[in-house]
Order: sequence, then structure tokens, then C-alpha cells
Amino acid sequence: MRQLMRFNVNGVIYEEEIDHRRTLLEVLRENFGLLGTHKGCDEGQCGACTVLIDGKAVNSCLILAASVQGKKITTIEGLAQGEKLHPIQEAFVEAGAIQCGFCTPGTIMITKAFLDKNPNPTEEEAKRAISGNLCRCTGYFQIIDAVMKAAEKMRKVV
Amino acid sequence: MKEELSVVGKGVPKVDAVLKATGKAVYGADFSLPGMLYGKVLRSTVPHAKILNIDTSKALKLPGVRAVITGRDFPWGLKYGFTAITRDQTPLAQDKVRYIGDEVAAVAAIEEDIAEEALDLIKVDYEELPAVFDPFEAMKEGAPQLHDHVKNNISASQHLAFGDVGKGFRESDHVREDEFTTQAIKHGFLEPHASVGLWDPTGKATLWGNKQSPYIVYRKLAMAFGLPPSKVRVIQTYVGAGFGSARSDPFALDFCALMLSKKTGKPVKFVYTMEDVLVMGEMRHPFYLRTKTGMTKDGYIKAIQVYAVADGGAYSTIGPVSIALPAFFIDIPYRIPNVKYDGYRVFTNKGFCGSLRGHCIAQLRWALGQHLDMMCNDLGLDIAEVSIKNALHPGDQTPSGYRITSCAFTECVEEAVEASGWKEKKGKLPPYHGIGMGTSSFITGVKLSGHNSASCVVKMNEDGTASVLTGATDIGQGSSTIVSQIVAEVLGLPMEDVIINSGVDTDFTPIDPGTYGSRVSFYSGNAAKIAAEDAKRQLAEVAAKVMKISPEEIIFKDRMVFPGSKTDKGWKIDALIRYAQHSMGKESKSIIGRGSYDSGVDFIDFKAGKGNISPTYTFATDVVEIEVDPETGKITILNAVGAHDIGKALNPILCAGQLDGAWVQAEGQLLFEELKRDKKDGHVLNPSFMDYKMPTSMDIPLKNKHIFVESIDPDGPFGAKEVGEGASVAIFPAFGNAVFDAIGVRITDLPITPEKVLKAIREKRQGK
Repeated sequence: MRQLMRFNVNGVIYEEEIDHRRTLLEVLRENFGLLGTHKGCDEGQCGACTVLIDGKAVNSCLILAASVQGKKITTIEGLAQGEKLHPIQEAFVEAGAIQCGFCTPGTIMITKAFLDKNPNPTEEEAKRAISGNLCRCTGYFQIIDAVMKAAEKMRKVV
Repeated sequence: MKEELSVVGKGVPKVDAVLKATGKAVYGADFSLPGMLYGKVLRSTVPHAKILNIDTSKALKLPGVRAVITGRDFPWGLKYGFTAITRDQTPLAQDKVRYIGDEVAAVAAIEEDIAEEALDLIKVDYEELPAVFDPFEAMKEGAPQLHDHVKNNISASQHLAFGDVGKGFRESDHVREDEFTTQAIKHGFLEPHASVGLWDPTGKATLWGNKQSPYIVYRKLAMAFGLPPSKVRVIQTYVGAGFGSARSDPFALDFCALMLSKKTGKPVKFVYTMEDVLVMGEMRHPFYLRTKTGMTKDGYIKAIQVYAVADGGAYSTIGPVSIALPAFFIDIPYRIPNVKYDGYRVFTNKGFCGSLRGHCIAQLRWALGQHLDMMCNDLGLDIAEVSIKNALHPGDQTPSGYRITSCAFTECVEEAVEASGWKEKKGKLPPYHGIGMGTSSFITGVKLSGHNSASCVVKMNEDGTASVLTGATDIGQGSSTIVSQIVAEVLGLPMEDVIINSGVDTDFTPIDPGTYGSRVSFYSGNAAKIAAEDAKRQLAEVAAKVMKISPEEIIFKDRMVFPGSKTDKGWKIDALIRYAQHSMGKESKSIIGRGSYDSGVDFIDFKAGKGNISPTYTFATDVVEIEVDPETGKITILNAVGAHDIGKALNPILCAGQLDGAWVQAEGQLLFEELKRDKKDGHVLNPSFMDYKMPTSMDIPLKNKHIFVESIDPDGPFGAKEVGEGASVAIFPAFGNAVFDAIGVRITDLPITPEKVLKAIREKRQGK
């Protein structure tokens, strides 16, 4: 069944008739063309589809789109300002945290949620924060470096 | 004088990192065309059966369905494969299905949901045949036969002997024989396969897909469609990682996207689910290895004999290579005068196996590296000292004919010993606390057969930048960055002035074999260097005319072209390029450099095993220190050190990423990963990341130290050798040896689960 739905994604209002069975991941990708949120396992195990709902990280493949109307949704496309990368993105680029890059948007989003709450983490806390996001390429070491580097950059910005 | 490098050797960010960090890189499933249909594939529900009939009439009547195809829609009997003797695959099953998951039909519909629904309406009549899942059962007389043309299900075999192992064992003071086994694992890339096919009215079949070796796909598509390759075009999207032939080969979705497009006149898109990926081929070969080693009492290895049986699954793919590779790796990294190998790859009614990072070498080293430790323990020798004693050295030629050029294996062992505190720890750690060492050597560009050369084009642009067209496929390992660094270095440009094609397009990029066999940095890197040097030479000739000195004296640096050391008389490189383009009368031209590279190493003779399998070799030593909880069997990694002779670290950040990633991928196979199967029908029991467990960040040690040992290869670009694959091998025996050191029991079958460790500890306590 289709119904008119209204979403706030990265500050942009989207209003469309959408099948109520669709997940947030499907709607972001197929209806709004926000392809930076990736579909990996499609069952909440890999974290490649991580987005923020009111600042909290969720697997968008496990959320029905209909349930997050009226909430503030942030995707990877909402982080950079024009050509100015978000400090987390800068840190991922510099630290070598990106290889194939398929997990990257999800891992950056989980990092955003984490550092917003914990701006001065230990390496062990960083390691735990990204533990729901699989990466087969990097072995995680350079991602952890990137999270620590991002924290440092963000502390300087504030 | 040591050459001063300004871009090569620096940890510059990847050229595609910003696109990937902002979600703007277009991966397989992100690519779309207007008017596109969506495809779904139907898989076999039985492990072995004749297909009697497929009724697609109901599916075709479902509103929204545009076409349904089966094996009959493809050229009947036309099979594709790696070589003439291994062509045993068809796009969809024709006469038979051979495993649960084999593809039998496909649908194109206006929506993905409708295509999915239509699959339920296809009725397949099977005549079930007896099936076989164990390779040893499959080799027996009278076992169910998977392929009519292959006797006893022997998909491929390899036999090899150098020297005289009998003599070698007689000359040894100690000989022992042991068995080792390994399990099936998946590549574990996060992006499922995705393709869009368009068969246009000119008869051109174009496929967009997340492919690791697009030219392999191009050739096999042409083969299965019976088309000349020029009628096929493969355009690579960004690739969500690869790790082996599961990304290099075409699969049902690729053939079906094109065939359904031909039928409907529309582009057709397939996106597999992760369940598809985990059920289908390819995966890593499970191995049975029986190894016999002979050694003198002072630690010289006199002979090694290996008997191997690999479970190949239902089809050949690159099976002959898979079963040959262990044979070719026995006599590196040690000097071993007598070698014998007998290996068999066997068909079973399961998903087929292919290459995966460290292709069949990780399995071999799991056995040989532990066996060496067992021999050393028996004789009271230190494995580090024995490794140095038997080590290959520059200038060596192995009995099989491998020419060892750059080689810092001894230094690798020494560095690992030093950094791990080996001497202070080995044999001196408290109970349930262990340290283990493993070693390996790897090829840099496998030279087995077929196409090996690489080419590159460097076009100089009028604003002073350089556009690079490479045939190398970047699947995340960073070849686009490495190739750009090499071009930038040669031309005296900063990284940001180099533009590189973001993917392979078989119509336009130089034909390249693909991303496999640890060949890309070496072959494509050399081709890029030669192409950049060609562009530089052409520009130097122009500069020489203008500056009235000889071209050899021209220096390219910091976007400038100088007459020798006169740094005040230079031209800006963009001005020189424009001068060449505009102002040289009839000689005016765009500067386009070309480069091709092949190592010139002869193909290996498969029958005799003689030859040089690779232009050069990498070497590694891994040490791992662990703690075992005797109550639970859980292993905690305390410290890990790896010393790797990679020739030259072209980009230390990328190289470290390769070493890290290889290590953790291996850790997964060592400790818990396993594709589990039902014993009765062979179906995959854990086709989901919920149950197929890969390492997360919580599984890695806090300290994992990598040491680059730079031997500067004489033939590698700026001295480089491979870095991504060999690094996943030495850790296998290192881990097994550390477990033995900790608990005093040898675990010989992978993975080393807490259950196995606990059982071993209990049995030891009970004195079994």
C-alpha cells in the first residue's frame, strides 16, 4: 500500500508516495537517489547502511521508512559542506581508513554519532564504537587511527 | 647517488578517497540506466539432478514480467572456462544441476519484487541423481559422477618431483609425516555482485559491473555467447572489494542481464543478495594435506613430500592452477634439494572453489610451517635459527628453476625476532601463553599461462596535467593511486596534477589481465613508468630544441622543465606542452606516452614444474603471541609482528593497509570463519553474516606491528614487489605454532575454535 510520506533528510524535505513496506535504506537509495548509503547484507549485520536518526546511528536496512517521518535523518551526503569535507571524512582520507570504500559511509556515520557523544575517546572505546561495522579490507587498524584523528580535529574545530 | 623521490614512497591519500568518503563513488548496485528492468535468478534446490523440464508459462503471465530465460536460451552446449580442458560452465544450467544454488532460470520484470514473485511460479522438474560431498568419497570407483568427461571426479591433478625425496629422507636424521586440513571460507567482500546489461540494436553487448578483472569477464562472456570479444564491452564500476576469483569471473547474473536485455530490448539490472553471494561459488578450497619432512639433526631440510586433496566443488574454474600452486610454492622460502608433490582437485556437489588471497598457498603453509615447527621441536632446534639456516638468498636458483633476485628473507626473520622479543619469550612463557613463528614467500605476478603483459597511456594536457589510462583494476587495494604516484614521480608533477581513469572499459582501456596473482603494482606499475618516461622523452625532445641542449640533460621537477641544473632558465611544463601542440609547425603534436611491460619470464612447464613462476618473490616472517583461557579455550592475541620484504613501499600508508587487512582476513580463517554445510545435501547452513562470522574490530589485537623490509627489486617499479597477498600467508603457521606453544597440543584442522582448544587441553590433562 502506498501512502504519502514526508521526510527530512540532510535538511531537505522529501515528500512522496511510498509503499509502507519499504525500508529506510530502500527509500534513501531508490526514491531519493542518495546512493552513498550502501546495501551490504540487508539484515543489520554489516553496518554499511548506517545513517543517523536524530543523531543516533541505526542500520537503515532494519528501519521501516514510514516510522521515521518527522525525524531528522542524516546520511553521508549530509556531512560535507560543498567541497569542504567534515573532519571525520578528512581523517578517514588521511589515515588510509578507506580501501574499497564500500563500508566507509556507514563507518563514518557511526563515528559521527560516537564522537558527538564522546569527543575525547580512548583507542579501546573507538574500537568498540566501530565494532558493528564490518570491513574486510583494512583490518580496522587504520579506521581506529582515523577515528582518533577525527576526534582530535573535531576538538580543534569546537 | 641515491635517487631522491618526491611522490613515490610517500603516504599520499588514495586518489578516490574523497569520492568514497562522501558517498559519491558509484558501485555496482548504484549504476542505473533509463527504462531499466530488474532481474532475479532461480537456484537449484537439489544437489545433483537432470533437468527434465522447466515450465515458465505461469511466471510469464505474471503482470510486470517481461521475459523468463533458461539454459535453452543460450547457445546450447557452448561452455566457458579458464582453458579448453576446463570449459564446464554454462550461463544457466543446461542438462544438469550440480549443487544447491546452481542457477537454472532468470526473470526480468518492471520491479524487483515482481521478478522475485515470478521465481516462485517457475516449475522445474528434476530427476534426482546420487550426490557426493566428500572429495575422498568422490574419488572412489562408482561414486556419482559430476561431469561426463571426467573420470572419478578428478577435476585436475598436479605431480611434481625435483631431486630424489627417497634419498633426501635417507640422508635425514629425522623424518616425520603428519596430516593437516583446512575449511571452506568466503571472500567476505561487503558489496554483493551487481550488473546492468544492455544488448543494443547494433548487436553490442555492454555490461556494467563490479568486477575485479574485467577482461576475464569480457573474454568469458564472448565465449559463452559465441561472439567475437569486440562485440562485448565490460565497464567496471567501483568495486566493493574482491580478494579473488569470486570477483574476477562472470556469473549467471552477468550472462542473464545481457540475454534478458537482448530479449526485451531494455537494459536489465541484477543485484544479488548476500545470501546469493554466500551460497554460490566461489570460495576457498578446503584442503587435506599430508606432509613428510626430512631434516638433519643440525636443522638442514633435506626433503619435503606433500600429498594434497582439494575439494573443488561442482565446477573447474581455475582448478588446474589451484592444485598446481601448492606444488610450485614448496621450495620457497627455503633451500630444499628434494621435493615431491602429488595433488588432486576433486569435484563434489557443492559451490565451486577458486582463488582467494594467498590462493592455495595459505593452506600449504598452514601445513608446512607447522610441520617445520614440529621437526624443530623434535630435534630441540629454534625455528628462527633453522629458518635462517635454510633461507634462500639473492642469486639462488631453486631446484624448480626459480631465480631469486631481490631477497631479504633472512632480514625478515631477524627483524621479526628482534621486534617480537622472540629470544626472551620462546620457551620461557608461562602455561597457556604461547609464541609462534611462521614464514612464507610469494610470487609477484604469477607467470603460468596466457596473457600477462600490461600497458598504459599517459596523455599530457595543455594545463600541465597528465591523464593516465591504465588497464589495471582498482578494487580498493589502491592501484590507481600507485600508478598515479609513479607517473607523477617520473614527470615531476604533484599528485593532484595526475588524472586517472576510474575504471576499466574494455573498449578503450589497454587490455590487462586483471587483478590477481599479485601482479598489478609490478606489471601495471612498470607499464605506467615506461609510459610516463615515453611522454617525458617526447617533452624533453621539444625542450631540447627550444633550449638548444641535448634531451638527456633536461630535468623535470615541480611542474617545471629545466635545462640541466640551470633552475632560472626553466619552462613551465604546461607552456612546453602547449608549445609542442601549437608552435612546432608540421611537427606540432599532442604528447602521448605509451608503455608496455612484460617480465619476459618464460611460462612455467606444468608437467615438469620447471621454470620461473614469477619475475621476483616477496618474503615474510610473522610472529604472534597469544594467551589461551584454559577454562573456555578462547584465544586472546597479545602481540603480533610481521616483517615483510616487499621490495619498496611505494605508499607506506597503502602498504600498511594491505598488511593489516591480509593479517585480519587470515585471522578470521584461523579462528572462526567457516562455510558450514549440511551433510545430507551439501547446502550452505550459514548463508548470512548473522551466522557466517568475520572478524570485527573487537577481534583484532591492539598491537600489530608491521615492518617493511625494503630489498629494492632490480626489476620492480622503483624497486617494488607485491604487498597485498603474500602478507596473508605466514600468519597461518605462526598461529598454529603459537597455539602449540601455549597448550602443548597441535591443532591441525582449521579453524582453531575454542571447542577444539578446550578438547585438546582436556585430553592432554587426561593423558591421552
